[in-house]
This record gives sequence, C-alpha cells and structure tokens, in this order.
Amino acid sequence: MPLIEMTGVGKRYGTIVALHDVSLRVNAGQITCVLGDNGAGKSTLIKIMSGLHQHDEGELLVDGEPARFGSPRAALDRGIATVYQDLAVVALMPVWRNFFLGSELTRGFGPLRRLDIDAMRRTTRDELARMGIHLGDVEQPIGQLSGGERQCVAIARAIHFGARVLILDEPTAALGVKQSGVVLKYVAAARDAGLGVVFITHNPHHAYLVGDHFVLLNRGRMRLDRRRDEISLDDLTREMAGGDELTALTHELQRT
Amino acid sequence: MTRLLARPELGSVVGMVAIFVFFFAIADPFRQATSMGTVLYVSSTIGIMAVPVALLMIGGEFDLSAGVNVTASALTASMLSYQLSLNVWVGVVASLLFALGVGFLNGFLVTTTGIPSFLVTLGTFLMLQGANIAVTKQVSGQVATDNISDMDGFDTAKAIFASSFDVGSVTIRATVLWWLLFVAVGTWVLLRTRPGNWIFAVGGNVDSARAVGVPVRQTKIALFMGVGFCAWFMGMHRLFAFSTVQSGEGVGNEFIYIIAAVIGGCLLTGGYGSAIGAAFGALIFGMTNQGIVYAGWDADWFKFFLGVMLLFATVLNMWVRRLAVRR
Repeated sequence: MPLIEMTGVGKRYGTIVALHDVSLRVNAGQITCVLGDNGAGKSTLIKIMSGLHQHDEGELLVDGEPARFGSPRAALDRGIATVYQDLAVVALMPVWRNFFLGSELTRGFGPLRRLDIDAMRRTTRDELARMGIHLGDVEQPIGQLSGGERQCVAIARAIHFGARVLILDEPTAALGVKQSGVVLKYVAAARDAGLGVVFITHNPHHAYLVGDHFVLLNRGRMRLDRRRDEISLDDLTREMAGGDELTALTHELQRT
Repeated sequence: MTRLLARPELGSVVGMVAIFVFFFAIADPFRQATSMGTVLYVSSTIGIMAVPVALLMIGGEFDLSAGVNVTASALTASMLSYQLSLNVWVGVVASLLFALGVGFLNGFLVTTTGIPSFLVTLGTFLMLQGANIAVTKQVSGQVATDNISDMDGFDTAKAIFASSFDVGSVTIRATVLWWLLFVAVGTWVLLRTRPGNWIFAVGGNVDSARAVGVPVRQTKIALFMGVGFCAWFMGMHRLFAFSTVQSGEGVGNEFIYIIAAVIGGCLLTGGYGSAIGAAFGALIFGMTNQGIVYAGWDADWFKFFLGVMLLFATVLNMWVRRLAVRR
C-alpha cells in the first residue's frame, strides 16, 4: 500500500485553477520526483500534502484512508514532514533550537517544566553526525551554516522525528554543484532508511540521479507520469524543457 | 569571547556603565546611597513594562497601546470600586480582566487580519486614549478619579502594589522587587521553556515556525496578553501609590518601553533580544532621568539624552552583532 496516494486532486484559488486532476503515489523506500516550471503547481501540490492548504477536488489517501489536513501539525502527526527550500530554519536561532523547534524536549512538571537543553544539544550533535555532518558547535546560529548544511539539518530533523514521508521543496535550487551533491546524498540516505520521498525540483538531472518515479506538471495539470525504466534522462530533459513545443521552437529558430 | 559578544545585552551593559560613571562624576547627590533607591524605583516603573514589551518584540510585534492600557486599568479599577462602593479588590480583578482583554483583542486582530501590529495597536492606543478621558469626565465630572484611599481593601492592595521598606538608610519600593521577579520570570520563559523557543521562532521566521508546527497564533496572542497583564500591574501600582488617577497619563510611555527593549538588544524586526537587556535599558532610563535632576539641569535634557542613548545603543548592538555573526 502506498504511503500517500492522490487521485484526481484539484485546487482552486478563487477562479484560478492552480491544480487539476493530479494523481501520484508515494511508496516507502522510493523517491517520487515532481518536476515542473515556475507556476506549474508544484508548490500547491506540496501545500496540500503538508497541510498548509486543502484540496477541493479528488482524494488524498494516507495509508489507504482518506485524509484532509487542517494544519502542518496534523500532517506531521501522520508522519508527513516537509522541508522547504528557503524557510526550513530560523536563521538567528542556534542549531539545536532549530532542530527541536515545535517538538522540544522537556523535563520537570507544572511550572518547573523546562527545556532539557543538554539532551537536545547531545541529540542534535549525534543525529547530525549520523548523517555525516560534524558541527563543532550546535550553539551557533543556524544562519551561519552553508545552504547545503541547513537543508541537511532540516532533513536530519525530519528523519529524527519519525517522518515516514519526506517532502523536499527544491532542496538544490539555490545551491552550487558540490553542495547539491551533498544534499542529494542525504536524499538517497533518507530513501535507504525506508522513507517515502517526494522530491520537488525543476532540475531533471538532479531528479534522474535519485528518482524512481517522475511526475511532470504543467500549468496545474499532469503532463507526464513515468517510472524510471520507462523514460531516459534525455526524454525527461526534453519533456521538462517543453517537449513538442521545444521541437517546434527549435524548428522555428533554425537558420535556413 | 565571540559568545560573550553575541549576547544581546552587551550594548546595554556598556551604556549602563557609561551613564553611571558619567553622573557619578558630575552629580554630587547621585553618589549617595539614598538616591539609588529613587533611581531603582523610577527604573522599575519602566522596567516592569519593558519585560513583556521586549518579549513581544522578540516575537515580532509591537504594542503602542501599552502606555495607555496602564492608565485604562487603573481607571477601571478605581471608578468601578468607587461608583459601586465595592471592595477595591473587585475593581482590581475586573481591571485585570479588562487589561487582558485589551491584550487579547490586539493579538486577535493582528493574527486574524494580518495587519501590522503597529497599525492595529495604534488603533487601540487612540481608542483607549480617548475613552480614558471621556469616560472619566462622564463618570466623575473631572479629568481625575476620586480618591479611594478610605475604601475597603485599599490597605491590603497598597501593601502588595505600592509598599516600601528600608534597608539601612535606603528606601526600597516594592515595585523594585516585582521588577526583579518579572525579569527572572521573563528570562526563564524565554530561555528555558517551549513557549520561549516559540517566541524566538515566530519573531525570527514565522513561516518556518508554522511549518514545523509551532502554534503561531496562540504564541502571539499570549505575548499581547502578557503586555496587558503587566499594564494592569503597573496600573494597580499607580492607583494604590497615589489613590487617584489622572486620565490623561500614560501617553508616550509606550515608546519609552520600546526604547528600553531596543537599548537592551531587541531587534526591531524580531527574533532576537533578551528580558535582562530590557532591564538594563530601563535602568539606563532611571539613571538618566534622576541623574539630570541631581545634576541640576533642565529636565528637558532628558529627552535629548534618550535620543543619544538610543542611537548609541542601536549602533553598538548592530556592530557587535555583525562582529559575532561573521564567519
């Protein structure tokens, strides 16, 4: 049974159709890539899965049961964690406070209930070390880390808090080649840990490096839905770049 | 060393020492232990409000109605008890509900409409400023409330909100102890509890906070209600210290609270600051306020000094932070 299954999902904002008739599955231990240009509906799709918005057409099944998330907390409680490209962390807060934000460890009772700072620092250091990130100081503001490291902290956090589905919103978009490679390794590590991963990107090369399944969105509709063995990188890149439109454009621009 | 420099309070500590040394050198009465009691008292009346205002700023919001809410609470308690001839404690409790209600309304409007708190609380500020004077004139026929010092419960209330005691030759007002307690509680909440973590997060990056499941709305409403609570406390102090309330008081104080918080290291954009820093900011106010009197200068220089302190502290804070965050 897929962890998440969407059938014919649609979403309107007023009269604007942001998403129409989109279907996809997220399986454990697999990476589903959602590709598309700006405004293709990628972010609307994530927002529905992560509980920031609700769909108004179709069905969203989690573990085979229809679901509708009223808040990100509700999605988190079902094991669906989202790592956003630019708003994964609070830059001015220390690494460990970011790691545990919203799920802080406490000890003591009543008015003496307080943060278990030692345990949180230790856990943050250990969890990051397990993913191969060695920070000398988890007390430093997370804004001092590089973009790739910040994404990795956010991924490590999601895994630590028992995510079964990890939604990654353009994790490599703002990164250089080397940093992107680091992040892709953690995406693969998350898959190997048995998580279902939804990898949102507009880079077909990054998608093809790790993806098991590719869904291409265009103006809110599904343009393509292929397993890895059904499509080559060249075809994926061509489809992503506009497919037939691109062929026509090439033709038109060709000098005679 | 970098860790020490990164403390939000640093600028205010430097400023506090500088101001202390300055007035210690030029104003003879400032050197006497008895004047310290007065300085601490003046500082406490600002400091008690600067704590929740600082927390609110760290949470990314402002409250311009904080100053007039102090007066509104005092007026509510005073007039309710006097007009209905009730035990003053009835008024005390009723005004607590009133002040918390103002805080809730501010928080509710800000989180529901998404309108900047600067505008929302400017609205409630004007409403309270007008209503304070208009209702007082309507009820008591003058701009001040009637004296309530002979009413039931006045003495017990005064003992809590407005008493004082002597340590040697120095008179210490109760508000100084309350101030210390509020700073301690504010610091505890901010650094050692889950809601404290949420306050930094909603001020630092509200979208990330929401995405990881922080109750953004409740956190912000609670912060506004915290300002309401302390406004009530200060209102009760004024009422039981003077037995009567001037309905036009409090206007302009909201900026003094905000400035104390900023001098104490709070970022205007939220997500950074401390309750202890705000206490140092308030102490700078108290020392400047009294220092000018002790030096025999015209009291109008006070505002001038405030401006200098504010600029000095913000520039220093900015510089220190840049130094600390540099990779």
